[in-house]
Amino acid sequence: MSGGVDSAVAAARAVEQGHEVVGVHLALSRMPGTLRTGSRGCCTIEDSMDAQRAANKLGIPFYVWDFSERFKLDVVDDFVAEYQAGRTPNPCMRCNERIKFAALLEKGLALGFDAVCTGHYASIESDLDGNLELHRSLAMAKDQSYVLGVLTQEQLRHSMFPLGATASKDLVRKEATERGLSVANKPDSYDICFIPEGDTRDWLKEFVNSEPGQIIDTDGQVVGEHDGLVGFTIGQRKGLNLGRPAKDGRPRYVLEIRPKTKEVVVGPEAALEIAELAGDRFSWCGKAPENVSEFFDCEVQVRAHGDAVAAQAAVIDGELVIRLVAPLYGVAPGQTAVLYLGTRVLGQTTIDRTVSAAASIV
Amino acid sequence: MGELAGLMRVFLDHASTTPLRPEAKSALTNALELTGNPSSVHSSGQQTRALVEDARDQVAQAVGCNRSEVIFTSGGTEANNQAIKGLFWASGKKLIISSPLEHHAVIDPIQWLEQNQGAEVYWLKVDRGGQVDLTDLQIVLNARASEVALIALMWVNNETGVVTDIPAVTSVANKFNVPVHSDAVAAFGNVDINFASSGLSTMAISGHKVGAPIGVGALIVGRDQKPSSLVHGGSQERSLRSGTLSYPMIASFGAASAAASADLDARKTRLLELRNELEAKVLVKLPNAMVTVANSKRSFHNAHFIFPGAQSDNLLFLLDQSGISASAGSACTAGVLAPSHVLLAMGIEPELADCSIRVSLGHSTTKSDIDAFVSAIEAAYPVAVLEAANQKAI
Repeated sequence: MSGGVDSAVAAARAVEQGHEVVGVHLALSRMPGTLRTGSRGCCTIEDSMDAQRAANKLGIPFYVWDFSERFKLDVVDDFVAEYQAGRTPNPCMRCNERIKFAALLEKGLALGFDAVCTGHYASIESDLDGNLELHRSLAMAKDQSYVLGVLTQEQLRHSMFPLGATASKDLVRKEATERGLSVANKPDSYDICFIPEGDTRDWLKEFVNSEPGQIIDTDGQVVGEHDGLVGFTIGQRKGLNLGRPAKDGRPRYVLEIRPKTKEVVVGPEAALEIAELAGDRFSWCGKAPENVSEFFDCEVQVRAHGDAVAAQAAVIDGELVIRLVAPLYGVAPGQTAVLYLGTRVLGQTTIDRTVSAAASIV
Repeated sequence: MGELAGLMRVFLDHASTTPLRPEAKSALTNALELTGNPSSVHSSGQQTRALVEDARDQVAQAVGCNRSEVIFTSGGTEANNQAIKGLFWASGKKLIISSPLEHHAVIDPIQWLEQNQGAEVYWLKVDRGGQVDLTDLQIVLNARASEVALIALMWVNNETGVVTDIPAVTSVANKFNVPVHSDAVAAFGNVDINFASSGLSTMAISGHKVGAPIGVGALIVGRDQKPSSLVHGGSQERSLRSGTLSYPMIASFGAASAAASADLDARKTRLLELRNELEAKVLVKLPNAMVTVANSKRSFHNAHFIFPGAQSDNLLFLLDQSGISASAGSACTAGVLAPSHVLLAMGIEPELADCSIRVSLGHSTTKSDIDAFVSAIEAAYPVAVLEAANQKAI
């Protein structure tokens, strides 16, 4: 229970369904500079209290479980390392993969529980053979199946998402009000939870060793300088501070980040068109498609709040290769590509490399 | 796994707070029937003032002090703050001597004085048995006694139950005319306390550890001591602690103090037997377990264990799910357990400090509570060990 309205209502529904429910709040924060002997970062205390209030209201026991070290290791350090390597990571995905549905689930199972129940907007369905499938939630605007794309069949078997069949977040808030939960009108959280000010670039400066370098165009011509690679993202247009305009006078975008040479490559919008994505850190969400070595039709989504677009995918030489039917703009290595078939999540990969549409024509 | 309501709880966390004693409850409810500010001159005020002064007698008798030495406070934390800051400010000196085994209610005001008021702190050496090194105290006093504002050492440790030899401390300190404050919150009601013969200058006690409600306590301030005041106002309580006197809470505190003092010997005999039985049974059932401070002088109400390989939070969770309330280190604000600063200061390895459980007995503890704990920990330990191994493997 994060202290938000979704997990509170999810817990309430689980209780109502007759499950034996225990509320658990994950202590994930290890913010620097807030130390008293033996105490931890304080930015989530209020959230923890909100979660406890909800648990009290539901009449269930409530505990705070400390995963701060694991979170630091598996999520925060990974986030920093990915940026350092010039990629754009999704920490929520990593948290689901390594913390919520791994460390927490393992702990729950070891302590005698059957499942982790969360307030994610997604649905688990079973096919005729009893294989579990992850689907988009009914509330399309809130759908969170993307960040759950990392879950395996075994993890799905021990997961519950009671909000999946609810048509909108407004209904969840309304239900929270009716249940007397004080978090009913608590604002949604959008920022990355461990970056308190919401300014990723500023936050990263403290952790990522960033040195000045050159901004070059696709021909290798130096067109400007930067004071550190931190925070540059593929597709970025603003804040490049290029001295000279492009020859054609058109805006230029970040096309590539090269940590080894500290270079940022910029170019025209057309060069952002990506025709193919691939990565070897992939997994199947539930049962794998049959014969994955041959390209099959699917859709792919590359951002938590993006649309899925038509694609074909196959596993080639240990890599999940995704060919886009129409090009996508500004996809960065480090992002996660989640494959869908209609509402069903098929699987995912962290993107290691992209092939631009221009290159594939050549 | 049960819900919060409707469970028969086995309460073995008396060191955190202990159930209201019947005498304290009736003193409280009787007092609630009355109206009157104890500082008013009219008969209504005199009526409630009488309750306060009765309680002052009861507390004074329970701790062996003069009645005018009892300064009622909101509890132990306030009493410790008043003593430490008040003695420091009044002394005009800079050096504070204390130990890393103290409760945060002592450590934190001292550190606040260090960070904000120019205090210098000397933390005494302590041993693995949880005892303060009095030779170290002698050495630092020999060298710097004239600079010392106060010495603050707890009478009984709230986590381990280890008893400090307070008369030995004061016999050293008094030679140098250095005031000694003792946090006696964990001692009051569990060891014989006589303030008059203790040699202490000030001593903090708390009501809810002896069967009064939470929210009342006292600082015992020797007649010859003039600490500066922390709370200014209407000059109540020797002008040290202003604020309208909460006569219902104070009356209840007085009744609880009298009751805890009256049954101390009988309770000690009964609980010592139960505590020893508890420790013996746990060690038989779980040969890996350790009694943390088996060889130090400690209070009869405390059984402190280390269960190697099983983290405290998992054990407490499993015990809680079996209906047993026990404790580990002090819980921090967000409800996350941090390794105990006391155990770490004693030199216990962090991996072991992380595996500690404090079982504390009190006036309502029975043999069936002990048996319930033994069977619950027997079941919980292997589960918690397995869980810890799992987490390492992920």
